[in-house]
Amino acid sequence: MNTQANSFRTQPDERGHFGQYGGRYVAETLMPLILDLEKAYDEAKADPAFHAQFDDLLEHYVGRPSPLYFAERLTEALGGAQIWFKRDELNHTGAHKINNCVGQILLAMRMGKTRIIAETGAGQHGVATATVCARFGLPCTIFMGATDVSRQQPNVFRMKLLGAEVVPVTSGAATLKDAMNEALRHWVAHVHDTFYIIGTAAGPHPYPELVRDFQSVIGKEARAQMLSRTGRLPDLLVAAIGGGSNAIGLFHPFLDDPEVKMLGVEAAGHGLDKEHAASLAGGVPGVLHGNKTYLLQDEDGQITEAHSISAGLDYPGIGPEHAWLKDIGRVDYTSVTDDEALEAFQLLCRTEGIIPALEPSHAIAAVAKKARELPDDAIILANLCGRGDKDIFTVADALGVEM
Amino acid sequence: MTRLSNAFAKPHPALVCFLTAGDGDTAANLDALVAGGADVIELGMPFTDPMADGPAIQEANLRSLSKGTTTRDVLLIANEFRDRHPDVPLVLMGYANPMIVRGPEWFAAEAKGAGVDGVICVDIPPEEDPELGPALRAQGIDLIRLATPTTDAARLPAVLDGSSGFLYYVSVAGITGMQQAAVDSIEANVSRIKQSTDIPVAVGFGVRTPEQAAEIAKVSDGVVVGSALVELVGKHGEDAPAKILELTSALAEAVHSARG
Repeated sequence: MNTQANSFRTQPDERGHFGQYGGRYVAETLMPLILDLEKAYDEAKADPAFHAQFDDLLEHYVGRPSPLYFAERLTEALGGAQIWFKRDELNHTGAHKINNCVGQILLAMRMGKTRIIAETGAGQHGVATATVCARFGLPCTIFMGATDVSRQQPNVFRMKLLGAEVVPVTSGAATLKDAMNEALRHWVAHVHDTFYIIGTAAGPHPYPELVRDFQSVIGKEARAQMLSRTGRLPDLLVAAIGGGSNAIGLFHPFLDDPEVKMLGVEAAGHGLDKEHAASLAGGVPGVLHGNKTYLLQDEDGQITEAHSISAGLDYPGIGPEHAWLKDIGRVDYTSVTDDEALEAFQLLCRTEGIIPALEPSHAIAAVAKKARELPDDAIILANLCGRGDKDIFTVADALGVEM
Repeated sequence: MTRLSNAFAKPHPALVCFLTAGDGDTAANLDALVAGGADVIELGMPFTDPMADGPAIQEANLRSLSKGTTTRDVLLIANEFRDRHPDVPLVLMGYANPMIVRGPEWFAAEAKGAGVDGVICVDIPPEEDPELGPALRAQGIDLIRLATPTTDAARLPAVLDGSSGFLYYVSVAGITGMQQAAVDSIEANVSRIKQSTDIPVAVGFGVRTPEQAAEIAKVSDGVVVGSALVELVGKHGEDAPAKILELTSALAEAVHSARG
C-alpha cells in the first residue's frame, strides 16, 4: 500500500498548488466564483449521485469504455515493443474532450448556471462543448480566434448546427490564447449566470484538478483493461500534450505504479530552435490564464506565439500538474516536430487502418522511436486521443496534395 | 506621510489617471496629466495578454509592445517622471507575469529605485500574495488591491489584509472601459467597504466623462479614469498631450469640486 506521503496522486494542495505550480491567479471579480466552483466540485466529488450520472452519460452517450487495442501491424512494422492504443478517438465527437465536457456541464447545472461559454482552438473542444450544451438544452457561446475560424470552417459549422454561437476573436494574434483571454473577459462580465467550461487541465484551481479527474476515466479503464488482457501493467505510457488533459487523464491512475514509465510528447513545430509549442522544453515558469506553469515567453515575461501543425497543441502553456511531474522527474517529456508527426500520421493510416488526429500523431511518432529501443516483450500503451477526419485538409496541404 | 497618502489627504477627492507606458509620447502625455490636475498617476505596464482590459487598453498594450517597449523602458519612464515630478504619486499597474519573471524582489527593488509609490497587479489575488506582496512591502511600496461588486463581506477582510495606499473599487463586474455602474450601487458598496477600512477607496472602470466622475467623487475618495485617456493617445498620436490636458482639466475640475 502506498502511504499518502509517498503518493504522486495527492496533488494539488488545498490552495490548488502542484508544488510551485497551479494556483489561482485571477482578477478579483472572478475569485469568489472560483471559490464557489471549488466548493461545488468538492460537494459533487462526495456525492454518489453525481458520479452515477457522469458514469451513465459516459457509457450511453459517449460510448465508454473505449477499447484497448493491440496494434499488431504497427508493432511488426516498427520491430520492437508491443504497441497498444487506448481508443479514445472512438468516443462520441471523436476525441477525449467530451469526457471533460460531460463532467463540467453536470457541475454547471448543479451550480444553477444557465449559460455556458468555452474557448476553442481547432474547434474540437468547441464541438464537444456545443454537443453537451445541446444535450442539456443550455445556451452556449464559443470563443474562437478569427484566424482559427477561417481555417477550421467544418468545425465552426458543426458548432452552429449544434446550436452554439461562435464568436470570432480578433484581439492579439486571433488564435487559441486570445480566445481564452476573450472567454475570461466575457466571464468577468457575466459571473452570475455563466459557467466557463475550460477545455484542458489548466487555468485557475480547481480547473486543473477537475479536468484531470474527469479525464482520468481514460487511465482507470486502460489500467483495468491491460491487467485483464495481459495480466500486467504496461512498461511505458505515451500521450501527446498541448494543455495536457488527455495525457494527465491517462497518466494519473498509474502515477503510483513505479514500474510504469511515462512519456509526454510536446509539439516541436518547425523545431525547438524555431517556432514551436513545447512549453516544457522551451519555456520557463510564469503566470498566465489563472495558473503558474511553464510558458513560452521572452525575458520580460511577454507571452510568445506557439506554433504546431496541430491546432490542438498550439498553445504557449501547459497544465500545471505536468510542470510539477516534469520537475520531480516522475514523467519524462519529449517533443516531436510537425514533419515527424505527419510521418506517424501516415504510418498509422497504412498499418492499422486508423486515421489519427494530428495531436496523437505526435504521440505515435514518439512511440515509433521508443518501440525500437525496447525488447519485444515490453508493452507501450499510447493514447489515441482523437480521430483525424478534422485534419485531412491540413495534412493534404502539408503533403502538397490538392483536394 | 507618503506621496499617496498626501494625495488622498487633500481637501477634495483625488483624480487618478491611467496611461499605458510606451504608448505614444508617454512622458509628454504624463506631463499633460499632471498639468491638468491629476492627483495620482497610474502607469500601465504593457502585457501581451491583458485579460481584464477592454478594447481601448488592449490596443494600447499592443501599440506599445509593437514599438518594442521593454520592462526596463517602463521603469525608465517612471524614473524620469519621478525626476520631473518629485511630489506626484506614481503607481505601476499591470499583470503578474512581467512583474515576477525576474523574481518579485528584482521588480520591487527596481520599482523602488524608479520612485514608484504603489503597484496594482490585476491577477494576483490575496490567495497568491506570497508571489509579490512580501517583496513590495519589504521595499515600502504600497500594494493596491482591487475590490469588486463580487467581493462580499466574507471576502473583504482578506482583500484588505496587506492592502495599503488606497483600495481600487472596480465598479462593475466586467472589463475596463465598457460600461458604468449605477451611482447608487457604487455608493452602497463604497460605504460598505469604508466600514471595514481606513484606507482611501478610489472607484474606476467605465468612468469616461467629467459628469460621471463628479457623481462618483461625491461618494468616494477618488475616481480612476483610464480608457477615455488611452483612447486619446490612440486617436491623436503626437497631438495627444493637448487633448489629454483638456480632458484631464475638465475631469479634475469636476472631481475636485464635486463636494461643493
